[in-house]
Amino acid sequence: MISPVHPALIFILGALLLPVAPGRRTKQALLLLVTLAGMADLFILPEGTYWSYKFLSYQLIFGRVDKLSLCFGYAFGIVAFLSALYALHVKEYGQHSATLLTVGSTLGIIFAGDVLTLFAFWELLAVSSVFVVWYGRSREAYGAGFRYLMVHLCGGALLLAGMAMHVLETGSTEFVKMNSGSLSSTLILISFLINAAVPPLHAWLSDAYPEASPTGSVFLTAFTTKSAVYVLIRAFPGLELLIWLGAIMALYGIVYAVLENDIRRLLAYHIISQVGYMVCGVGLGSEMALNGSTAHAFSHILYKALLFMGVGAVIEVTGRVKMTELQGRNLYRRMPVCLTLYMIGGFSISSVPLFNGFISKTMVVDAASELHRPIIHMLLHIASIGTFLHTGLKLPYGTWFGQVRPGEQADRIAAKEPPFNMLLAMGLVAFLCILTGVYPKLLYDLLPYPVTYTAFTAYKVVGAVQLLTFTAVAFFLFRAKLGGEPTISLDTDWFYRKGGSLFLRFCGKCSNVRSILQGLAARFVERITRMSTNPVLSLKAALGAKSVNLTPYDADTSRKAIGAGVMLALGVFSFFCLVFLLR
Amino acid sequence: MAARNLKYAVGLFLVLVLALGFLAPQGADDFWGKFPFFEAVFGFFGCLLIIFVSKALGHFFLQKREDYYDD
Repeated sequence: MISPVHPALIFILGALLLPVAPGRRTKQALLLLVTLAGMADLFILPEGTYWSYKFLSYQLIFGRVDKLSLCFGYAFGIVAFLSALYALHVKEYGQHSATLLTVGSTLGIIFAGDVLTLFAFWELLAVSSVFVVWYGRSREAYGAGFRYLMVHLCGGALLLAGMAMHVLETGSTEFVKMNSGSLSSTLILISFLINAAVPPLHAWLSDAYPEASPTGSVFLTAFTTKSAVYVLIRAFPGLELLIWLGAIMALYGIVYAVLENDIRRLLAYHIISQVGYMVCGVGLGSEMALNGSTAHAFSHILYKALLFMGVGAVIEVTGRVKMTELQGRNLYRRMPVCLTLYMIGGFSISSVPLFNGFISKTMVVDAASELHRPIIHMLLHIASIGTFLHTGLKLPYGTWFGQVRPGEQADRIAAKEPPFNMLLAMGLVAFLCILTGVYPKLLYDLLPYPVTYTAFTAYKVVGAVQLLTFTAVAFFLFRAKLGGEPTISLDTDWFYRKGGSLFLRFCGKCSNVRSILQGLAARFVERITRMSTNPVLSLKAALGAKSVNLTPYDADTSRKAIGAGVMLALGVFSFFCLVFLLR
Repeated sequence: MAARNLKYAVGLFLVLVLALGFLAPQGADDFWGKFPFFEAVFGFFGCLLIIFVSKALGHFFLQKREDYYDD
């Protein structure tokens, strides 16, 4: 029996070893080996509690392994290996180290059994993923990375404050279900909601993910938001607020996706929308809903990676990210395999029957129905339409087909199928999307609670087919309205992006006030200095005497007659006598 | 000719998809589960609602020129 090591350790060690490995081939082999070993380690990890150490007076638990953490772990392990395969041709090994560190820290979060360990990996995840963003190596990527770091460090600070209070209140560092309503749990909840990208705390996601490199953004899609869903399932199942936030989130991403021109940003808004289903499921809190959230996270990690791989391949070969620069260039003729694999992801996210989104998303939606939440059911249903409209129809139409904008000429565009490793990775993810879609038991057996749910009833399948078919009809009738527009959309990052420059302007104004005060002070000092050269003449000038020539004080000309001095002395003497007598 | 055939094929497919609704009329707890075409109608009008509401929000409020943050 091989005894497993902590999977996070494998990835973190891999991240440290990669830069010192000699030669390109060795580095590539090491990258694959590390991710493969990490994945294999996850699959042989038995349930139980491991790697528990005493630190100061606290018990650190690095390995709380149960069905819930394992289910997330499997998805992370699989996608880490396949994303590494997808990124194998990239020669920037710093980027690979950053992605391995991201995977390692996420696995650290998933298996953390106490709040201190959770916090440490939480921060490591924020720092490692910001490097993945910065490896986008553009001005926009640097800016977005700094904003990402700012938001996540704020979230980390809230988490630390909340957890410190929680430990003081309960006397326990164990990471379990929290009592909502207290200040400590509210702070912790806010920090989880930041990482889950719940509006209005979500803008870091749509800001930063599209700025990473094509391979880097595939990694980013899987880890931060889904680890946040995991901690929400652990700490806040059944919290009413999450039901509404989740449903609003599902629709929020849809609205922005209509307006979006950048193909990766469009998909990023769909992460927000899809995580909305999971957050809603956590709020609903029934066994079926929590199973649904977990299953949907699993499916989502796979199909979203596939979608980002598909558009990443387009960006890799064409260097273009905007639909307005891709539509009408007939890329489908030159990238048919890539398009087909993307469409498998598109069908999966749109929950087309026999693809994995169908067997997980319907679980959350039906859980809402089962708990007699018709409004939530309806909102999630509308979001499903939007998902197919954008990722299944608008994006592929605008990227691989479409018409050039009126008045524009289609320029020549370099396009071919992406490198073999990218296609292979996409093919394997697509295979898994279909496999779990066709044979859901594979996924259902991994879920935390026993599953009695069947997705393949005639009603559900026919309903999905009708819904999606007529969404497609509406799209084709109004497709002219949905072409890309060369604009950006304002989001809640406006507050800190514009707020930041307003603050800088305010600082500039403060600096102006400082120089004005400085000028005034300097003039005052100059006056005093001038007056002190000849106080007598200055006094005369101040009392209104005309044509006073302020020459330096000369005792012979300016001194008063002696009588004035005697008079003054007598005056002072009389004053003190008066004071003495009246006392 | 091919275009016309395609139109017929699409039309036939849509009718078939609607007809499927009769095969499985019951199933949801909510009232709309009883209408055989509900999902089709919902999909069509839901899609229009999403397009027009989002575009209206975009044009009147959210969409800005690409260099908006560069000032």
